[in-house]
Amino acid sequence: MNARPRRFVPRALLNLAAVVVILASLFPVYWMVNTSLLPASAVRSEEPHWWPDAFTLRNYEAALGDQGLITALLNSVAVTAITLVAALVFAFLASIAVSRYRFRSRGAFIIAILVIQMIPAEAMIVSVFRVLDGWYLLNTIIGLAFVYIALVLPFTIWTLRGFVNGIPAELEEAAMIDGCSRIGAFWRITFPLLAPGLIATGVFAFIQAWNEFVFALVIMTRPDSLTLPIWLRAFVQVTKATDWSVVMAASTIMAVPVIVFFLIVQHRMSSGLVAGAVKG
Amino acid sequence: MTVLSPPAAAPQSAAQPHDEQPRRPRRFPWGPLALLTPAVIMMAVFIGWPLIQLVIMSFQEFGRAQIFGAPPEFIGLGNYISVLTDPAFWAVLGRSVGLCLVSVAATMVLGILIAVMMTKLGAVMRTAVSIALLLAWAMPALTATIVWGWIFDTEYGLVNWVLTQVTGESWIGHSWLSDPLSFYAVAAIIITWGAIPFVVFSTYAGLTQVPGEVMEAAALDGAGGFARFRLIVMPYIRSILLVLLVLQVIWDLRVFAQIYALQSIGGVRADTNTIGVYIYSVSMASGDLGAGGAISVILVIILLAISAYWIRTMLKQEES
Repeated sequence: MNARPRRFVPRALLNLAAVVVILASLFPVYWMVNTSLLPASAVRSEEPHWWPDAFTLRNYEAALGDQGLITALLNSVAVTAITLVAALVFAFLASIAVSRYRFRSRGAFIIAILVIQMIPAEAMIVSVFRVLDGWYLLNTIIGLAFVYIALVLPFTIWTLRGFVNGIPAELEEAAMIDGCSRIGAFWRITFPLLAPGLIATGVFAFIQAWNEFVFALVIMTRPDSLTLPIWLRAFVQVTKATDWSVVMAASTIMAVPVIVFFLIVQHRMSSGLVAGAVKG
Repeated sequence: MTVLSPPAAAPQSAAQPHDEQPRRPRRFPWGPLALLTPAVIMMAVFIGWPLIQLVIMSFQEFGRAQIFGAPPEFIGLGNYISVLTDPAFWAVLGRSVGLCLVSVAATMVLGILIAVMMTKLGAVMRTAVSIALLLAWAMPALTATIVWGWIFDTEYGLVNWVLTQVTGESWIGHSWLSDPLSFYAVAAIIITWGAIPFVVFSTYAGLTQVPGEVMEAAALDGAGGFARFRLIVMPYIRSILLVLLVLQVIWDLRVFAQIYALQSIGGVRADTNTIGVYIYSVSMASGDLGAGGAISVILVIILLAISAYWIRTMLKQEES
């Protein structure tokens, strides 16, 4: 029985549209890498160079030779690492509480983490600036990391909670009947099953902290305390007219870690935000 | 160890007389609260406390003098009145809403079309489209903005070169960012380009839930393509589209990095601000934290009102 609906769009047209979508999505990423591999003279030639035919790594040398980039890179790595570890540990503990217990303030907590996700960072810069200023945390890595931890916790708790929900508590109970302690059952049974969830949320925290712009712009203003995005923004303003190829090399250095980590966990990124709506 | 008390079924099992841990009647839930403490402290100190400060500050005269130690003075609704009577604020709000509406409309329409297209493609093509969209999605907003800024560059940008080739006139030297309208057009392209993948993947996930048998049955009963989409597919993906719409509106209304970075590539700051960048320039650059606070509170209220639907949907999922 073949009652397939009649085709309205011919296959060739469909594939053509698909190719257009592919090109439009890929081109800016390709163009960034391509420009970063070309010498400044080729970038400023009459005809665009569609591929790195005058291949050079000098732009990366120039970017990495900039003391500002190295400082910013180290600051970003430090802030991101602190955020990642702390957010994972705190979100892990909180997600256990939300998922495995029923207590009176649980509903209020869940509403709070949903509402916090919708409060724009842009609206918080003024008061976060003042609060950190009062505690002498401006221009410090730990101060910025504290803000980032608070910023990513709502989403990381929400996502991890979904993973913990997916692991039946009966597994732990069975291990306890077999003689495990409660903590032992948790560590040996639930924790290993949670590994994919921890990786997914960890990557989210990494990307957030690595890309964050607004708070870093306000909190980290001294030249030696800039993070990578803030440094890059300033670098573009200074060099754009003269040297797009070095700008593209610096952009590639910033973008590559994010793209790699994102691709690892991509299939889990969307589910957290819309999971409630997918089930018809 | 008392840190972990009974799991999920606690209230019911505590009520039963033969509980496995009968010496624990209903009592204060120390276990979960201990687990929540670190997260709650971080969010309370670095989001809750600043939020309270923000509201207080928005009712205070808080300018440069106060930054350097003068005690702030309460001026009631003074900041709100001066912000709401300032034509610059309304101009910025209008531009933000305009940019947001155009970007959201383009994102949703193209996103849904691409998602529908993906359901009709062969396996190889579909995988290729997915990978391309994933790469665009993974690209940090800041680097995407810089690359698009380079593509639209005045002197050596690709767009000007292509236009020169196509039209035969020289477009070299045409500045896309100095005119506010074309600045916003470029910004809308950047925002839409970055937002489409999320809409496509979410919509596609919803479309795959539509049972094929129902579609076949409808086709046999004589429903045309459009009728099938409207009567069968739409009810399946309606709630997901609404959630996506709400999220897109919120994300596009508060857009910051793209606008701020694009302004440093070119463009007149005063004419191209959106609400987020405006808050930054009023409070950080001009030093009027009171007015900045008032605008921030207004933005929070607008966004929370829009996101109420999203929060309700997520809570419903939590209950089920």
